[in-house]
Amino acid sequence: MTENKLGRIIPEKISHIGDLLPFDGAYAHTPLVKKEKGNRRLPKLNKLVDSIEKVIVETNLKNGMTISFHHHFRNGDKVLPMVMNVIAEMGIRDLTIAASSLTEAHQCLVDHIKTGVVKRLITSGIRGELAEEISNGLTDIPVVIHSHGGRARCIETGQIKIDVAFLGVPSSDVYGNANGYTGKSACGSLGYAMVDAAFAEKVVLITDNIVEYPNIPFSIHQDQVDFIVIVDSIGDPEGITTGATRITNNPKDLLLAQLVSEVVVNSGYFENGFSIQTGSGGASVATIRFLRKYMEDRNIKASWALGGISGPMVKLHEDGFIGKLLDVQSFDSEAIRSIGENRYHLEIDASYYANPLNKGCAVNKLNIVILSALEIDTNFNVNVITGSDGIIRGASGGHSDTAIGSGLSIIVAPLIRGRTATVTDSVKTIITPGSTIDVLVTERGIAVNPRREEIKEKLKQSGLPVYSIEELKLKAEKIVGKSEPIIFKDRIVGLVEYRDGTIIDVIKQVSN
Amino acid sequence: MKIIKTGIAGTLESSDVMITVRSNSGKGIKINLQSTVKKQFGKQIIKVTNNLLKELSVEDALIQINDIGALDCTIEARLAAALYRGAEQSEYDWEKI
Amino acid sequence: MAKLRRTMLYVPGNNAGMVKDAHIYRSDSVMFDLEDSVSIDEKDSARFLVYKALTTLDYGEIETVVRINSIESGFGKEDIKAMVRAKPNVIRLPKTEKAEDIYEVESLIEKEEKNEGYSIGTIKLMAAIESPLGVLNALSIATSSKRLIGIAIGAEDYVTCLKTSRSEDGIELLFARSQLVNAARAAGIYALDTVYSDLSNEEGFIKEIKLIKQLGFDGKSVINPRQIEPVHRIFTPTEDEITFAKKVIEGIKTAKSNKSGVIAVEGKMVDKPIVERAERILELAKSSGVLEAGKESEND
Repeated sequence: MTENKLGRIIPEKISHIGDLLPFDGAYAHTPLVKKEKGNRRLPKLNKLVDSIEKVIVETNLKNGMTISFHHHFRNGDKVLPMVMNVIAEMGIRDLTIAASSLTEAHQCLVDHIKTGVVKRLITSGIRGELAEEISNGLTDIPVVIHSHGGRARCIETGQIKIDVAFLGVPSSDVYGNANGYTGKSACGSLGYAMVDAAFAEKVVLITDNIVEYPNIPFSIHQDQVDFIVIVDSIGDPEGITTGATRITNNPKDLLLAQLVSEVVVNSGYFENGFSIQTGSGGASVATIRFLRKYMEDRNIKASWALGGISGPMVKLHEDGFIGKLLDVQSFDSEAIRSIGENRYHLEIDASYYANPLNKGCAVNKLNIVILSALEIDTNFNVNVITGSDGIIRGASGGHSDTAIGSGLSIIVAPLIRGRTATVTDSVKTIITPGSTIDVLVTERGIAVNPRREEIKEKLKQSGLPVYSIEELKLKAEKIVGKSEPIIFKDRIVGLVEYRDGTIIDVIKQVSN
Repeated sequence: MKIIKTGIAGTLESSDVMITVRSNSGKGIKINLQSTVKKQFGKQIIKVTNNLLKELSVEDALIQINDIGALDCTIEARLAAALYRGAEQSEYDWEKI
Repeated sequence: MAKLRRTMLYVPGNNAGMVKDAHIYRSDSVMFDLEDSVSIDEKDSARFLVYKALTTLDYGEIETVVRINSIESGFGKEDIKAMVRAKPNVIRLPKTEKAEDIYEVESLIEKEEKNEGYSIGTIKLMAAIESPLGVLNALSIATSSKRLIGIAIGAEDYVTCLKTSRSEDGIELLFARSQLVNAARAAGIYALDTVYSDLSNEEGFIKEIKLIKQLGFDGKSVINPRQIEPVHRIFTPTEDEITFAKKVIEGIKTAKSNKSGVIAVEGKMVDKPIVERAERILELAKSSGVLEAGKESEND
C-alpha cells in the first residue's frame, strides 16, 4: 500500500489486474499539457517551432535515420529541398529518404547523395538528372522502388520505420490539424502524407498558411503531430498542378482516348454502376471526356471513380455521371477545388487506396482502370520506370496495385514514340506482371491478353482493330527497325518491390 | 556528287532530323552523330547515311546529324535534301534516292 | 463497294512526324501537301520527305493523295517526276482554271508512267478549283481526263477573287459549290468540299458538314484529325434511312415477282429515283461499316 499525491491509499498490486501506478500530480505524466492552457491572455498553446533548424534539433534527428516526404506538390515542391539544405548544413549524414515519390523538384538530392548526407532512397519514382545519375551508379545502396499500395504496407508493417516525417501542408492550425484544400499552395488530397503522419515516430508539419483552430476538415490531425514550422512558401502552384497531368489537344492522344473509350464501352464492363480509375497520362485523362458521350447516349452512370482525380472526372461528378470520387491524389486545380467543395469527393489515404495487406483496399473494388506504359512486352509485362535507353525516368505509382485490383486493366500507349517501339520482346524493367494486364490499346491496333478470350471476342465483334500482341510488335518493328540491345553493367542500382514486398525485378547500371 | 557549300535540311522537331553537310575536299567522309536514340539506333543511322552517300557518289563531306528519333526514310530524305543543296544541284536522280 | 471519300486529311509535306502518322486517324484519304503548307525554300526537302515516305511506309488501305505545286510555280514538273515514281493513288492539282491545265499535267504524268513502265492511267488525278474562272469552267475541267476521279473547291482564294470573305452560313459559296457538284455529277466523278479552318467552332463545322452533304458533296478536306469523326458521323446513313432503304428494295423485289407495276412504302410512291437513292444509301452504309455486306434485305 502506498499513498498517492492526493493522500489516498492505493494498493501496489491487484491480482488479475497487475501493478498499479499511484497518481503523481495532474502534470507529471503528460508533458505536452501546459499549465497555462485555455488562458486567452497567455500565448496560445501551440506546437510552433521558429525554424527548420530548430525543429530538426527538437526531433533529435541523428546520422543514419530515416526521414520521409510526400510528393503532393509534384514539380512544385519546396519542402524537401528546404529541409534537406538545412540538414546538410547541420552536418547530419547517412540518412535514408523514404519519399512517396521524387519529382523534378528534387534534383538537389544528387548533391546530398554525393556529399554523404543521403545514403539511401526508397520511393515510387525518380525523374530528371537524379534518375539519370542513379542509373549511372550514384548510390552505393540500390534504390528501392515500391508501388503506392506497397509503400503503405511497408510503413504499416514497420518494414519502413520513419524516424521523422517532414510533411508540407497547405493549411494547418497551431495544434496540427492540417488539410490540403486551402491556402496558396493547395494541392488537394494529402493521401500519401496521411500514412506517414499516422506511423512516423516524429511528425513535423511545414506550412505557409496558419489558420484558426480547429482547422476543419482535417486530413492530418493534431494527435499525430509533434511540431509545426511556418515558412514563406511550401510550393509553387504552377508546378503543383502541371507536374503530372494536362488536358491534351494532341491528336494522337485524342485518337488513343477515343479508342480506349470504345474498348471500355464494348468490353462488357460498361454497365450502370461501374467504377473506374484513369492514370495521369494525356490520353488516359482524355478518355473520360470521350466516355461521357457514351454515358449520355446509353444512360449509363458510374457509381464511383478512384485514384488520382483530374478535372474531367470532377466535371462528370458534378454533372451527375459519377456518383462518388475517392481521391488519394488530386491531379489539377479543378480536382483541388472539388475536394474542398464536394461532399462526395472524399480524401482517402494510400493504405485505404491500395495496401494489399490491410483488411480491404479500394483498388480491389475497382471495375476498370486505364494505365499508361513506357514499354509492354509480348507477355503483357509493363515497364513504367525505365526509358528505352535503360535510364530511370518514371514512377511505379499505383500501376501494379490497380492492375491486379481491377476487373479490366487497360494499358494505353502509342505503339511508336519518335523511333521507339512500345511493344517489345522483353521490357527493360517489370513493374506490373502481364498476368494482371488485360488489354493494350495503341494507335495502330489493340491487343487482348489471351487469358481474356471473352473480351477479345467482344472487341472483335464491335469492329475494333484487334491483333495479337506479337503482331503489334512486328508492326512497330517494321516501321522503326530493330533496335540494338541496351548494354547494362552487372551492378544493381535499383530494386523493384512488388506491392506484396517481393522483388519483381532489378534495375542495373547503364553502360556508357 | 561534290559538296561545294554548306547544305542544311530537316528540323529539330520530334521524329525529324537536322542534317548539315559541309565540303571536305579530298579528305573523305566524316560523320558526327547526335541522337536521342543513339544507343538503340546509332549503328543503323550511320549505315543508312553511308549507303545513301555511296549511292549518290559523295566521296568527301563533313556530315553533322542531329537526330530526334527520325525513321530511316526521314533520315534519307533529309540527307538527300542537304546533299543536293550542298552540291547546288537541282537535277535529282530519283532512282538513287 | 463504292470508294468512300468523306474525309481527306491534309498533311503538311515537310512535317516528318505528321507524314509518319498520317494514316492512323482513319480518314478515307490522306493528302500530303507540297504546295501551300510548304515554304518556297523547303519545296525540295518536302518533296524528298513525301517521296521517301510513300516509297517506304505502309499506309494500308488508306487512299494516298499528293497535292503538287502548279506547273507555273516552277516546282510542279519536278513534283510530278518524283511523285509518279513514288506512286500515290492520286495526284491533286491546285488552282485549276481550265481543261488545258489538266491536259498539261496529264501529259507529264503519262510520260513518267511510261518511264516507270506503269500502265497508262495508273496515277489518278484530282483537280482543285479555286478561282471564278475555274468555277465557270467546272464542267470542262470535270470532263477533261479519264484519270480525273474528282473535283474539289478551294474556297479561300475563290472568295478573295469574288471580293468577299467567308461567312458563317457560306452564302457566298453557294453558287460555286452548286456549280461544282453539278459538274461532278454530269461527269460522273466525286465532288469534294473545301476546308473549315476555325478548329474551335465545332458548331459551325457541324453546320457546314450538314450543308455540303445536303448540296450533294461526297466529302470534305479536313485540316485536323479532330475533324474526321464529325464528318464521318454525319455522312453515315442513320438507322431510319437504312431501314427505309431496305423496305424500298424489298418492295421492288416483291413487286417484280408479282409483276405489279407501282408500289408504295410507308405511304410514299416508290419510283426510279427513290430506288436509286435507296441503293446508294445501302451502298454508303456498307462502305461506312454500319451494314454488313449481303444484309441489304431483311429476309436474306
